[in-house]
Amino acid sequence: MNVELITFMFFSTLLVFTSIKVITSSNPVLSAVNLVFSFFLSAILWLLLGAEFLSIILILVYVGAVMVLFLFVVMMLDINIAKKSAAYIKYLPVGLFIFVVFNVLIIFFIINTFENIDYNAVKNITIISDSNTENLGFVIFTDYLLEFEIAGLILLLGILSAIILTYRRNSNNKYQDPSKQIDVSKKDRLKVIKGLKE
Amino acid sequence: MIPISYYLILSTIIFTLSIAGIFLNRKNILVLLMSLELMFLSVNFNLITLGNYLGDLTGQVFVFFVLTVVAAESAIGLALLIVLYRNKKSIDVDDLSELKG
Repeated sequence: MNVELITFMFFSTLLVFTSIKVITSSNPVLSAVNLVFSFFLSAILWLLLGAEFLSIILILVYVGAVMVLFLFVVMMLDINIAKKSAAYIKYLPVGLFIFVVFNVLIIFFIINTFENIDYNAVKNITIISDSNTENLGFVIFTDYLLEFEIAGLILLLGILSAIILTYRRNSNNKYQDPSKQIDVSKKDRLKVIKGLKE
Repeated sequence: MIPISYYLILSTIIFTLSIAGIFLNRKNILVLLMSLELMFLSVNFNLITLGNYLGDLTGQVFVFFVLTVVAAESAIGLALLIVLYRNKKSIDVDDLSELKG
């Protein structure tokens, strides 16, 4: 047992337990907090795999932005915490069945397939430095530049659609309507009163 | 060096747990979205593991783009959830069967 294996075993066991807590806890806040824990644990495991930049990004973007968004929505919605309902009991055997069957199938496949793999088959990595971040940046900004731009566009679309979906126009707001401004003629505004004497 | 199958089995377990979570949490769309996040996490795990073991950076580039798309997806999904709650005062999946004939 070397240190790497012990670290992997410890954090992966914790990861599986927090994932179970995410899908079984009845309070959505607890689910969100456990999801935050599982993101932290997978960031540690990604560090073990040598993906330093992505593990930091996982914590910054996911825990810092997406999960905070989830927690805000949980607090906004004011849903009552449901007890373990009849539907939960009804679907529990189905969920367990699917869990076991998928696991057995995929693990059997993995053990059979990846035993005799040649790890040195692909070695076309462009190494420009020892830093993972520097290599990743080099690859993204040269080979994958178009995809990077498209990702920026997708984020812009996400912003716009989220704002448009949740925006409620307040009728008390005072704003200008250009078409009405253009339509205005002189007699709408000016009223000549005759016959008024001192 | 840890064998590659350990990482792949871990990501398989997380993936199947999230599938089971989608079956179990029919009362709450919010937890369904969280199960989707777990599913994306396990897929990213696979990409990073295979990229690392094959010595190729493309897996990490893909994870980068997947993270971008997932961030946009969860923002739009939560916005839809809020609109749904405003209109129906509930986020139960069973209350959404309005188009049923």
